[in-house]
Formats: sequence, structure tokens, C-alpha cells
Amino acid sequence: MSEKIPVTVLTGYLGAGKTTLLNRILSEPHGQKFAVIVNEFGEIGIDNDLIVGADEEVFEMNNGCICCTVRGDLIRIIDGLLRRKGKFDAIIVETTGLADPAPVAQTFFVDEQVSRKTSLDAVVTVADAKWLSERLKDAPEAKNQIAFADVILLNKTDLVSADALHDVEMRIRAINPYAKLHRTERCSVPLDAVLGRNAFDLNRILEIEPEFLETDDHHHHDHHHDHDHHCDDHCHHDHGHHDHGHHHGKLKHYHDEEMQSFSLKTEKPLDSEKFFAWIQGFVAREGINVLRSKGILSFKDDPERFVFQGVHMMLDGDHQRPWQDGEKRESRIVFIGRNLVEDDIRRGFESCVAS
Amino acid sequence: MIDPFSNTASITERVRPVAIETGVVAVHFLGDIAAFVLAEEAIVLASPDGETKRIAVHDGAILSSASDGKRIVTGGDDGKIVSLGSNNAPSSVASDPKRRWIDRVALGPDGAVAWSAGKTASVKPGKGVDRTWEGPSTVGGLAFAPKGFRLAVAHYNGVSLWFPNASAAPEMFEWKGSHLDVAFSPDGKYLITAMQEPMLHGWRLADGKHMRMSGYAARVRSIDWTAGGRQLASSGSDKLILWPFHGKDGPMGRSPGMFAAYKSRVVQVACHPKSDVVAVGYEDGLALLVRIEDGAEIVVRRPGDSPISALAWGAHGSKLAFGTEGGEAGIVDL
Repeated sequence: MSEKIPVTVLTGYLGAGKTTLLNRILSEPHGQKFAVIVNEFGEIGIDNDLIVGADEEVFEMNNGCICCTVRGDLIRIIDGLLRRKGKFDAIIVETTGLADPAPVAQTFFVDEQVSRKTSLDAVVTVADAKWLSERLKDAPEAKNQIAFADVILLNKTDLVSADALHDVEMRIRAINPYAKLHRTERCSVPLDAVLGRNAFDLNRILEIEPEFLETDDHHHHDHHHDHDHHCDDHCHHDHGHHDHGHHHGKLKHYHDEEMQSFSLKTEKPLDSEKFFAWIQGFVAREGINVLRSKGILSFKDDPERFVFQGVHMMLDGDHQRPWQDGEKRESRIVFIGRNLVEDDIRRGFESCVAS
Repeated sequence: MIDPFSNTASITERVRPVAIETGVVAVHFLGDIAAFVLAEEAIVLASPDGETKRIAVHDGAILSSASDGKRIVTGGDDGKIVSLGSNNAPSSVASDPKRRWIDRVALGPDGAVAWSAGKTASVKPGKGVDRTWEGPSTVGGLAFAPKGFRLAVAHYNGVSLWFPNASAAPEMFEWKGSHLDVAFSPDGKYLITAMQEPMLHGWRLADGKHMRMSGYAARVRSIDWTAGGRQLASSGSDKLILWPFHGKDGPMGRSPGMFAAYKSRVVQVACHPKSDVVAVGYEDGLALLVRIEDGAEIVVRRPGDSPISALAWGAHGSKLAFGTEGGEAGIVDL
């Protein structure tokens, strides 16, 4: 089987700089050829041989799940593009500013032809450093795009103060601490930061630690207590290794009222039957609220690591490799979603521990 | 389970290979000549004397093709609809004014040609002026009715039956979901679509009664009617699936016939034009002939590097041609 063609999805609210990033990707001397799927075909100046206009036609699959939506136009366009073998090395899908990334991602789970020949590489979200905080309040689409992202370019950083930049970063982290975050001006970023990420490759689900910026802070950021509410020690959010005691004044934590992410872990081996029954039941019930999920699992009497990932109610999982000697056999799952009841999920997860 | 390497009857040594070397997306017969439609740019004509001729038809990918045995019509990502007859000279049928992809084409009675670009379905009748109709969403499939000047246009949530010469709005047959290929039964009584989900949907036109034909492992990409339209052959499973359409209720309440179970999935089917024999192409490159009467199998091509992507019978059923995604192709005289 020949190599799959990587597909990068570019999202970002209106005016954030998607087209700037797209033009940068296309114009840099990387020797790669791209097929580009855009909206509003012909209305933006993009110089590329293979450029296709899309209609963003989203439809529901007939499987009883209203969150199981896919992009019909993408299936058709990718099917057509695949006939031009050798004419391009990668595909870039630019969505409209108001698009939900989920149907795009789900298209790669649902259509066999598409998933056999292409692989979703990453969802890259361009965010406007100046306006994102406002959009997170009034535009659910913008929040979805941040929550869904594997890579976030926090763009137009030259238009905001260091304090404001830090503030918007923390708002992003409150929603999605797992994405790679890059500060950019005019989307200037090394291309390997946005391309070839393999973010949806099960074999690359090695690290699902949250990413925190170990920045630079000579400013004092601990005086914003009147914004939203802070994450206190009772939140049980696993924020990785860094010290977030407020007295250090380095990082402040927003807690988004609507969209959250959290991870759960246990060192006790899980019962695979119990786990699959629970996770499938959970996404069947709550899938509409779960934007992304990922996990590395240690099952009882199973010498191999099991990895899974999901978008809404669609799950994809496989054995990855044997647990290695000296490796900590720990099960860890991550959810990013809306109005998730962490205590219920924790109880469900803990009930999967093997007896 | 068949083992193509054991004692299943075989005619593999009678296959005449055709050098193509690029992906084949369809094959049609123009009389004795097998016409292999390539994924890009050209059609390769293979005559019985072994001569091949490459005819350039599009500047880019060929997205769709159809044939009535006298000519082949193709649609490309260059926005063109091209016709190729037995004179080997391609001619332009039409071009999309915005150079949109021509996603689907169909050939109808009296030389009519239909095509779609995005939501727009267009018809060029044998005589008269071109007509267009804007569907509710992207067109998934096109098919002319066997009688009368009527076009089925598949789209999201159903199929519209359009009479291009009438001013009345098309009649819509609704069923939720994305409808791709569409076909009328040869007697004109049923309308069938292949959906994005692994199932076929059908309507009895007289009363609009629904038929759900499910149980497939994958999206059904190839369907064809057996001689006389008695059964509908379909891909999408690890067996050849044949739905019964003889009898007054068609397949309603009945189980399909299942033949030629194999370890790989059926991806192409082509029914013999006269007798109850189906050519079946599998994902691993195997091609078989299956006799419906007793399920007897004959190997036409052994498994290879890539899936069978095209299968067609000559008009009299004396020749069979196949092509693969990887660009291998062959013709066998029977």
C-alpha cells in the first residue's frame, strides 16, 4: 500500500489570517506540491496549480447520531483529486471562518476511500491575538476551532501588549491545553510546525501531556482575579508538571464556563470489556459534547499498549506496541468538550478498573 | 471460500494484457473495441488485433464516464464534457462556463447527454436546446429513465425526477442521507441509489414505496442489472450480492442471493448482457466469472497489486475487459 496523502485542515475565525498562512505555505521554497481545497473559490488570490472550490456541504450520517456529520463535498473532491496521482504531495483544506472543524475531521473516519488513501494530519487554527478573547465570548464557532485544534497559531501578536497576549494564551489554554501553540506575526512560522504533524496518527499518540508555555515572565499576571474564575486546587484538572501556585505569579488559569478539557489517569490495569462498554456508551450519550478524545490504556493481562482517539461519537483505536520494561503502565484519557461532567466521567472511568 | 490458486476453473491464460500503466477508472466497449478510461487525460482504445491507441480527451482528471455502446461521454476536472465515437475523434459536448468540475455524466435515449457540476444538472437533448436545473445540493448521480425523456438526479436527502422538456418542478423521492449513484431498473419500475452509508435505497415509482437494501460492509460503488433486469448485482461485501427484482414486489421482504464469498471485498460488478453470468472484481485484484444458476466460478485474473477498478462486457457478451487502479488491464474472448 502506497503512502497516504496527508491532509491539513486550516481553520480560524474571520480575519484571523488563514489566507496569509495558506499563501505562506504555498510560497515557501519547500519543493512540495499541494492540492488546495478552498471556499469562495476565485475570491482570494492564491497562486497554485491545483486549487478546488468547495461548498462545505455538511450532512448527517444515517446512524441515529446527530453529531455524526460529514462533508459530502470533501469526499467528492478528494475522490477526484486522487485521480491526479503524483501531481501533489499533500492536501490543504481551508474552511470558512464560521466552520465547525468536526465534520471535516469526521469525513476521514467515515469514508473508506478517503481514509484508505489520505490521512488527516492536523487541524491548524489561526487565532487573532487581538480579537480572540472577544470572539470566545460571542462566537461559538471560534471556541470550537480552538477546542478542536492540534496546532494553534496565535497571530497578529504585534498588535497586542505582552499582558494582553499572555491573557489570551491563558484563555486558549483553559479550553485546549493540548494543542501546540505558536505566537506569530503574519503567520510567520516554520512550516514543520503546521505540516507533517501526524496529530491523528494512532501511532503518534505517545504524549498527551498538556503543553504549557514555560514563558518568560517578568510581568505580573496575578492581578486578574476578577476575570472569570480561577482554577483552584479542587478542580482536579491535571495540568502536568508545572507549578501553578498563584503566589509565583507566573501563570493564571482561566476556567471556561462552557468548554473544558481534562485528563484522567489510573495506574490500576483496566478491564478491556468494561472500558469499551463504558466509552462507547459514553460517546453514544455525550458524543455531541465531546469534541476530541484520546487515550493510552493499559489493560489487564494485555502486554500491549492500547491507544484510541475520537471525534464526537466516532472512535478509532488499536493496539500500539508492547509495554516496555521499566515503562510506567498507566492508563490515561483526555477529553475536550462542552459541559462535560467530570465527576461522572471519572466515576465511569474508575469503574473500568479490573477486579 | 474460493482459492483462486487451487482447482477453480481458470481462463487466466486466455487474457490478452493491454499496456496502460496508469490507473483505469472505467472500461466500455465500442463494438469490438475496448475503451479504457484513464484516471487522467485519455482513453486507450484496444482493438481486437492487439493495436492500442491513446486518445487525449481532458486536460486533467477524468471524473466520470458513460457509454451507450456507440460512443463514450466523459466529464473532467477541466470543466469539459467530451464525446468519443468510433471515428476516434473526440468532440466537445459542452463546457462549464465557470470551469467547474464535471462530476457526473449520463447518456440517454436519442443521443441525449446529461452532466452535473456541483448542484447544477444539465441536459443536451439529441435535438433541441440545452436545459439546466439547479438541485438542492451537489448532484451525486445521474441516470436517464429507460423510456421517455426523464432524468433522475440524486442528491442529499433523495432523488429528483426531472422532465427537462416540462416546466413542472421535478418530482422528489425523499430519503434522508447522501445519495450517490442512481439507476432505474430496466423495466422502469424501480429507482435505486447507492448511499454514502453502506446500503442501497430504492423506491417503487408507482407508489413511492421504500426499499432498504443493507448489510454491506462498505459503500456500494458498483451496481449492474442482470440480463432482463431480473436481479441487481452489487459490490460492497465480501460476496457478490444479488437482489431479486423479478416478481411484483421486487426485493421487498426477500433476502439477496450471495455468491463467490472471498477473503477480499467485491469492488466491481458487471453483468453479462444475455445470460445469467456476473463478472466480479475484488479489492485484491482477483476477477471472477460467476454463474448465478449454480454458483460456478471461473478465475479471469488472479489477485495482483491493486484493486479491480473497471469491468465491462462487449455488447454480445463474447468479450470481457477489466482494468485496475494500478493500471493493469486485459481483455478476454469467451
